[in-house]
Amino acid sequence: MWWRSASFILDRNDNESVPKPESRLLSHMAPENPNPPINKISAYYQTRAAHHAVVTSDWLAQAQAAVGPDQDAKPSDPDSSEKPPFSVIQEFNSWRKQPDLAEAVAAIRALASVIRSSEANTIAELQSELKTASDSLKSWDTTSISLTAGCDLFMRYITRTSAFEYEDFNSAKSRFLERAEKFGEISYKARKIIAMLGQDFIFNGCTILVHGFSRVVLEILKTAAESGKIFRVLCTEGRPDRTGLRFANELAKVDVPVKLLIDSAVAYSMDEVDMVFVGADGVVESGGIINMMGTYQIALVAKTMDKPVYVAAESYKFARLYPLDQKDMVPAVRAIDFGVPIPSKVEVETSARDYTPPQYLTLLFTDLGVLTPSVVSDELIQLYL
Amino acid sequence: MDPRRPSRVIDPKVRKVGFFTPGPPPERTRSSPAATTPAQSPISNPLSPVMIPPARHASDNLSRAVGVLVPTASQLHVHPPADSLQVGSYTLSDSGFSASPTRSPSSRIGIDGEFSEDSANWMKRDNSGRFAAAFPTGGPDLTQAIEASNNEDGGDVAKEPSQKNSKPLKAKTTKAERRALQEAQRAAKASAQAPAQTSKPVKQANQKNDVSQLASSSVVHEKKGGDKPPIKDRKKEMPRTRMQFDDKSRVEKAQKRSVIKQTEARNRVELFRHLPQYERGNQLSDLGSSFFQIDDVHPAVYKVGLQFLAGDIMWSNARCIAMLQAFQKVIEDYSTPPEKTLAIDLSAKITTSVSFLNECRPLSISMGNANRYLKARIRKINPAQDESEAKTSLCLEIDHYIQAKIVLADKQIVMHAVTKICDGDVILTYGSSSLIEMIILHAHELRRQFRVVIVDSRPNLEGQQLLRKLIEKGLSCTYTHINAVSYIMHEATKIFLGAASVFSNGTVYSTVGSACIAMVADAYRVPVLVCCESYKFHERVQLDSICSNELGDPNVISKVPGRKKNCLDDWASKENLQLLNLAYDVTPADYVSTIVTEYGMIPPSSVPVIVREFGQELY
Repeated sequence: MWWRSASFILDRNDNESVPKPESRLLSHMAPENPNPPINKISAYYQTRAAHHAVVTSDWLAQAQAAVGPDQDAKPSDPDSSEKPPFSVIQEFNSWRKQPDLAEAVAAIRALASVIRSSEANTIAELQSELKTASDSLKSWDTTSISLTAGCDLFMRYITRTSAFEYEDFNSAKSRFLERAEKFGEISYKARKIIAMLGQDFIFNGCTILVHGFSRVVLEILKTAAESGKIFRVLCTEGRPDRTGLRFANELAKVDVPVKLLIDSAVAYSMDEVDMVFVGADGVVESGGIINMMGTYQIALVAKTMDKPVYVAAESYKFARLYPLDQKDMVPAVRAIDFGVPIPSKVEVETSARDYTPPQYLTLLFTDLGVLTPSVVSDELIQLYL
Repeated sequence: MDPRRPSRVIDPKVRKVGFFTPGPPPERTRSSPAATTPAQSPISNPLSPVMIPPARHASDNLSRAVGVLVPTASQLHVHPPADSLQVGSYTLSDSGFSASPTRSPSSRIGIDGEFSEDSANWMKRDNSGRFAAAFPTGGPDLTQAIEASNNEDGGDVAKEPSQKNSKPLKAKTTKAERRALQEAQRAAKASAQAPAQTSKPVKQANQKNDVSQLASSSVVHEKKGGDKPPIKDRKKEMPRTRMQFDDKSRVEKAQKRSVIKQTEARNRVELFRHLPQYERGNQLSDLGSSFFQIDDVHPAVYKVGLQFLAGDIMWSNARCIAMLQAFQKVIEDYSTPPEKTLAIDLSAKITTSVSFLNECRPLSISMGNANRYLKARIRKINPAQDESEAKTSLCLEIDHYIQAKIVLADKQIVMHAVTKICDGDVILTYGSSSLIEMIILHAHELRRQFRVVIVDSRPNLEGQQLLRKLIEKGLSCTYTHINAVSYIMHEATKIFLGAASVFSNGTVYSTVGSACIAMVADAYRVPVLVCCESYKFHERVQLDSICSNELGDPNVISKVPGRKKNCLDDWASKENLQLLNLAYDVTPADYVSTIVTEYGMIPPSSVPVIVREFGQELY
């Protein structure tokens, strides 16, 4: 029962974080791979890695400094008009440091503080200021779907109000701020709501397969465990960043029986699984999800074996994207450590995520309620149009 | 996320099917055999369901028979005036008496044959349940029982206190019974008038309800009226059924009205007899010669009609724009005749123009939508408005419709669709669509490196026009016929299709052959993008290509171009040979990856959302 030992996994994690796998990878792969995508590792995954303590935060700071100049240039010109010390990115980063706060929520709070510190005198000015701020946030990390979607939704939610009816600018501004804070609050609470909704689907004695480290899924499982439900969890290993190990670690802390699988053992163990739980990087307009690499194949296997696939995702991850196939996405690249040097002639697939079409998903647990995939587009249409 | 959410979630819309009691306790609406049989019985009744009383007392009886406690006592106090009028006044007791004989005929109406026994049963149950406590002897006939109750209570006003003294159950029963009596009375009156006139009594019965002072019951009836409007109103609400061309009497009527003398084609396929099909070729000259005899069709409409007939305007967008522009001219040249209102006369004028165009070529669904929009605009014209003002505003509305719904929508769709064309793609398209052409050309302008496969089919060979235009622009193209689609499909990375319409269930109605392309694409796992402006969306649901379609000229498919002697030259003389030239087919939503509209890319399952959110404002 080695996997029940939390300390073992903690030790393992520590061991791994000491040599800083990514940076080591950088050093030994850069000369070998002729077209190394490693230099532009998705910032989204860097943040996640930082939150998951795989990479230390000072490494993140270094990486940021390395990619820094062009990013600093971006916010500096829109911000030059306002007072120099304030920057959306800084604000965003300060929020982002909180490990439990999702990136999109951090962005939403940063945008709210833009309104707060704005010195604009007209609504149009305020709106354009918000627009530049959200654009700079979005360009800070184009690979993060939830960041982009969160910013877009925030803009929609704030500016769609009837604020123009207010004659007085200050009252309009305070209304903006009020809505911004409300949106921030909703987004912050989303995870709890989803946990409450999702735990009803867990019945006593069931076996749940989990892929990737999703804080929402973890919250659901924790809530279910706290309410006295007895269930078992199978965790995929989640190569290359071993998110499954960390997830198993978290579950073991709350005394949920966990079993770890290597990623390729999903089909092998699917017949003992009652339901599949996954998170999502983004929920797209077709109702499908974009999630960590491997979700698609798990969904395919589950569909073949008639197991329900449940997705837990906050509504700020609803993005106006419509991928037609796997390649039809903004590429997010992640380095893979094979442990041995890879010959230069060998290509490595470094994509970090895949797209799962809606027909393979059963239900989506969102803070808007439990939705079928086709409702996602309904929601998006009503929100954006 | 949004404030509207809770309201939508909380508000539970209970769908009520059939007859239901609008009263407060929901238990009553639950139907059980006892309740449904009397309610259904009036089906055999020639009268309209609006005035069918059994629905009401059946459920009342049921509730009593089952023993559900109905809070009628409280209701009595809620509506004291109405009830006291019912209960206390002399008229009521009078009605009680008069109702008793009429009741049996009324129930007889509802009961033709098989139901008689059933209803007799529930009447018996009624009596026993209702009066068992008060009158142990409980007569077999309801009328006796009522008379007995009236006598014992000593007439009018004494009735109310007696109810209060007795058990609540009894109070309920009398209340319910009173309702039943009222209903029966009403039905009896209506039925007395029924044989004289068939449809009018409904109206009269309704009017009576409005007049009646019984507040509660009139409310009940108004609700019922709202649920099942009288026949006249219902006819309006019902979607007009399309002309079925196998209905001979209607076809004859239509021919009398029609401008163009069409001769029915021979040897028509049995399954498609409900669709119009005429001999081609001779109408054009006929129509040309009859130009001076037709006076109620505007020359501009006439011109467009001829173009439709000759096939000069093929694309659905072009047809729609041509039609709208012709109508613009009609409106410009229009002047209201004396003693007529613009709104009514002009819309009649438009209707004749539309039916003229429809005779030239069946209107597409998009044109139907545009007409609906125009009619709605005409209807909304303020009668007080100056005529010239109204006319200019209508013309502006049409311009606006063309701009917003077609021209700008196309631009928007091009913007959306171009994002899906990447370097190295092989775009497969079928036939020729103006929108697809715009998309491909725009992607080429953006210097995307891609190849186009144009699949074409007989008899129109529209793809050749598209091919010519693309070749001129320097695109690299492959041209093939639909027979080779499964061969060429593995090369394709994306399929772009146009559509004539998209239905509520996501079904795409498009040029014949599109369904075949989509299905082959699905088998080869190639994504299918259907590009369609949202003004072509329709709330109808269509499952097959048979119900609504357009038949083309069968002679076209019997001829092979470039061949002097065709085997099928004298096909019409062969009795057992039928040729079918369908214009459209239907692609099920399963084979469509996405529908590109001006609102963005949506899954086929979201078409009803667009129809609901954006269709309402137009009409």
